[in-house]
Amino acid sequence: MAEAIKYRKERIDRGIKARSDTIYMLSSHRELLYLLLPRILPISFLLFIPLWVGGGYWGKVIFYSCTFALLALSWDLLASVGLISLGQALFFGVGSYVAGGFNYYLKWPLFLTIPVATLGGALICTLLLIPVLRLRGVYFSMVTLILPLLFDHLIETLEILGGTHGLLSLSPFPNHWLADYIAIGAVILCLFGFRRLLHEDFGFVLRGIREDDRVVMAGGINIYWYKAQTIFLAAAVGCFAGALMTHYYQFVGRSAFALDNTILPLAGVVLGGSGNFAGSVLGTFILVPLSEALRALGGLRMALYSLILITALAILPEGLFHYFERKYHQFERLVSV
Amino acid sequence: MELFIYGITNSVTLALIALGFSLTFGISGVANFAHGAFYLLGGILTWVFMNQIGIPYFLSALISIGIVGLFGFFLYWGLMLRLRGLAVNEVIATLATAIVIIEVLRYLGFSGFTYVLPEFIKGSVQIGKSWVDYQRIFLVGIGIGLIIFLYFFTHKTKIGLSFRAISQNERTAISLGIDSDWTAALSLSFGSALSVVAGLVILPLGSIDTQIGYDILISALAVGIVGGLESVPGILVASIILGFGQIVVATFFRAQWQTVVTLAAIVIILAVKPSGIFGKYKELEERV
Amino acid sequence: MPEEVILRVENLTKRFGGVVAVDQVSFELRRGEFLGLIGPNGSGKTTLINLITGFVKPTSGRIYYLNRDITHKPPYHIACLGVARSFQMVRAFHKIPAFKNLIVPLYSPRVRKLGGGKYGERDDMAIDLLDDFGFERDSFVPYKPAGSLPHGYLKRLDLARCMALRPDLLILDELFSGMTMSEVAATLPLIEKFNREGLTIIMVEHRLKELFRVAHRVIVLNFGKKIADGPPKEAMAQEEVQRAYLGTESEG
Repeated sequence: MAEAIKYRKERIDRGIKARSDTIYMLSSHRELLYLLLPRILPISFLLFIPLWVGGGYWGKVIFYSCTFALLALSWDLLASVGLISLGQALFFGVGSYVAGGFNYYLKWPLFLTIPVATLGGALICTLLLIPVLRLRGVYFSMVTLILPLLFDHLIETLEILGGTHGLLSLSPFPNHWLADYIAIGAVILCLFGFRRLLHEDFGFVLRGIREDDRVVMAGGINIYWYKAQTIFLAAAVGCFAGALMTHYYQFVGRSAFALDNTILPLAGVVLGGSGNFAGSVLGTFILVPLSEALRALGGLRMALYSLILITALAILPEGLFHYFERKYHQFERLVSV
Repeated sequence: MELFIYGITNSVTLALIALGFSLTFGISGVANFAHGAFYLLGGILTWVFMNQIGIPYFLSALISIGIVGLFGFFLYWGLMLRLRGLAVNEVIATLATAIVIIEVLRYLGFSGFTYVLPEFIKGSVQIGKSWVDYQRIFLVGIGIGLIIFLYFFTHKTKIGLSFRAISQNERTAISLGIDSDWTAALSLSFGSALSVVAGLVILPLGSIDTQIGYDILISALAVGIVGGLESVPGILVASIILGFGQIVVATFFRAQWQTVVTLAAIVIILAVKPSGIFGKYKELEERV
Repeated sequence: MPEEVILRVENLTKRFGGVVAVDQVSFELRRGEFLGLIGPNGSGKTTLINLITGFVKPTSGRIYYLNRDITHKPPYHIACLGVARSFQMVRAFHKIPAFKNLIVPLYSPRVRKLGGGKYGERDDMAIDLLDDFGFERDSFVPYKPAGSLPHGYLKRLDLARCMALRPDLLILDELFSGMTMSEVAATLPLIEKFNREGLTIIMVEHRLKELFRVAHRVIVLNFGKKIADGPPKEAMAQEEVQRAYLGTESEG
């Protein structure tokens, strides 16, 4: 007559989390450390890794990881206000070509082309995307998807801006340390900056727009203006990444608008978890080195990213980072029912 | 005269491609970015069945339509349903699926002149001063026939009517006993099958190249954006505008400038009337 | 002592395809009035509100607020002019704390211009504001995620959200639906107080007993048409109104 004992998983916040939840309640060094550790660790990791790896091949990989992390962070920012971009390649490509163009045709040095590409490119992208803000979300995804593909075609068929060959022999960075640390600095800035932004009042407005834009409008906020600002910021980050890559490679070509530059960051965000920005960095720092290691597969890598993306969506939609976060903050046990 | 023929052919081609995409979107709410991939897949499957397994053309075609249709159905059932409501993920998932299909096919080497599908009718006829392939006429005929068929299907048959019901008001449709999940899955498989049919009719005009997976998607999206995603008349008009526009530019300027036409059309529409020519201006505010 | 007319609706009509939701409705609203908007289900009350607040564009007719034409203006513009509305289906930001829900109106250009807080002050303003609506300042209730709150609290949160905008015209769409008797008894005096302090109010309600206690005037809609307009007792006494609610008597 013994019935099977049923178990269920119970998750409880660790005591230390409950105690240290708000800054005002910290009471011991241990709790302080608990809060600081998850932030200090990745920052130190990021700051030291170029030193550890040095230049050369793996130094390159670190740089690539950073640029794709920037694209992923940019995506996550847009997602925070409810805009799903299928065209990070748009920002990347526009930034690349603005920087490359000014450098090639007007011989501007890189400390000028990069800021111009960041802000000017962001302006161009925002203007292109403003018309669809009033329409349903899927239009935004469609337009961001189609624009880079069209620009790619255009450059190839019209033979403008270097055409199929691209623009070569652009100005390099004075040394690779500068490039690496600019990239890493940007990642750290955006990562913690965006997290901070989303907890400011401005960020709550964005989150509100994402969840229910009618209530936000009834509260007197012009949602289109805020969406536009977000696009500008995200585009700036994406264009910056493109400009950086242009000068690192000393080359810009139609590959800047390729679908790869959309899918890789996207797979990174989905893998790492969207909504917390840390997942974007985590995911891309996993996928980019992986993709470098699998160079031999060539075009098949895109299929691989996509497959990883689908699998992550199906199995672990919350993403890796959120999973780790949960483990850090809570412990689980089985309780009999 | 030749211009007119090519213009019509191009327009009908675009219409066929765009309608399949729009149908799925209007009904299930899922923007199937794997549309182009299915088009490609259908063509390749048919080729494989025909040339490597030896099944006669007609049967191969039918089987591929069936397979892709089934694929579309399970794409919805297996993946979309799990992600339903998280609009985020739906859009990403279809794109990811498209990429997996296209890139795997590219890796397996299905590109090039060996990959050709046979025409339905060989030969050509002289109209006015030019020679026109029968295949092109056939294409236009099939296209128009399909459009008429779709009209009757969605207005007269039970399934078709339930398609329209769901797209107009999902909750009411459910309360009337229409299973919206089933219907949505059906619409996805229908749209996919439609893209394969389009492919079978259009691909014989050239050879198969995996890049088509993306190009077709671009065309479908462009027509949708210019014409208004959920409006059939809009799509037809946009197909004509883009279809003739591209041919005119290719004839009087250079063939490569076709993409300029597409881009220009999109930019103009976005500037003037973003929801498309006949798009219902569904501003966010109107969702009561 | 004629009060100024703050809202004027002229021949407002809204057609959805073949259905006429609002049919040639006209009325004027003076500052400080408490207007009840009633009618059977489907009579167009919510559509009328959506039209006035800019969420739906009219097919024809005009709307004037403070003598400005707001007929085709977007909702956020109208809200910034001082028109706040609650929602029939409770809409709150479920995952964030209750008090953070008020950040949005507090962040609006209107409140910022009227002297609403600098950086960092909005959190405190929100907590203070919520205190007036039954979310005790010293409890943890304001900090709970909005989605975890019971329905009555959510309704009051919606009301607080409206008041955070410092409106001149408050439009309530079935605020009391789903609230318990005691919650209604607690909230109604609050609304009355706002009205006495000068806030003009339009209230859509089905709970007529409570409404008639506070409303000076009532407009009755049926099938989109205005069929009565006057003090509650007079309006309800009209035969057409009674027929609308109760139906015609069967013969025999």
